[in-house]
Amino acid sequence: MNEINFLWPLSGGFLIGLSAGLYLLTTGRIAGISGLVAAAAGLTGTGISKLGLGFLAGILGGAFTASAFLRQPDIEVTSSLPLLLIGGLLVGFGTRLGSGCTSGHGVCGLARLSPRSIVATLTFMTVAALTVVAMRLFAGAL
Amino acid sequence: MFARIASAIVCGLLFGAGLVVSDMINPARVRAFLDIAGEWDPSLAFVMGGALIPSTLAYIIRNRWQTPLFDDQFHVPPKTGPDARLVAGAVLFGVGWGMVGLCPGPAIAALTTGRWQAGLFVGAMLTGMIVYRFAFARTALASR
Repeated sequence: MNEINFLWPLSGGFLIGLSAGLYLLTTGRIAGISGLVAAAAGLTGTGISKLGLGFLAGILGGAFTASAFLRQPDIEVTSSLPLLLIGGLLVGFGTRLGSGCTSGHGVCGLARLSPRSIVATLTFMTVAALTVVAMRLFAGAL
Repeated sequence: MFARIASAIVCGLLFGAGLVVSDMINPARVRAFLDIAGEWDPSLAFVMGGALIPSTLAYIIRNRWQTPLFDDQFHVPPKTGPDARLVAGAVLFGVGWGMVGLCPGPAIAALTTGRWQAGLFVGAMLTGMIVYRFAFARTALASR
């Protein structure tokens, strides 16, 4: 995988934070993608969320446009089919049980210094790093 | 309501563009960032750094505002302490994220690449959310 100039992740991160900040100041809500996905799918007990659907449609449109005009992503998915299935199940279930993911706890929660989000972010970052290292050490290239 | 939906779409556009520009959309990059004991690729640390600048500013502004622009109140959860559900959920999420290198936002964005792996992952993710909704959320609510 090629190296990347740090200005790409820095400016991309800035766009993500800008999105989360604008969403808070305009709608009063946390831009947490796992929560928005569940709300858009009608899994939060309050019907199908139009805000969730709008946000997800925006993500698709923004990713598509940026790929066409700003930076063609060089994507490598190395995971096998069972790994994709198990990983997806764990991400879906875990983010709902833990009330958030990288955006809700990571970007928004850390920004507002929420104790729950700080604990959650440290936990999933540590566990994810351990998972990658363990897979490399014990299972070779899964 | 129209203003809120328009705002959600605009924020989604910025978010999706940010995922592509930062390369968070690339699972191999994410796993190289998480591989702290191997050939660590630190570039994604700049994503969090770049994101926290405007989002922290927004939360500082929020403390001075009575209401958001397009709603009559803020819907931000109260700052309470962590509990077992939070930590257990974060552990399960961390395992899944480490296994594949996709978290929910990049998984949605990766659908635009047309790769079957992204579709399969998002399908499994939705299934995990449905399992939570129907098997666990009810018991948790009942015991509260």
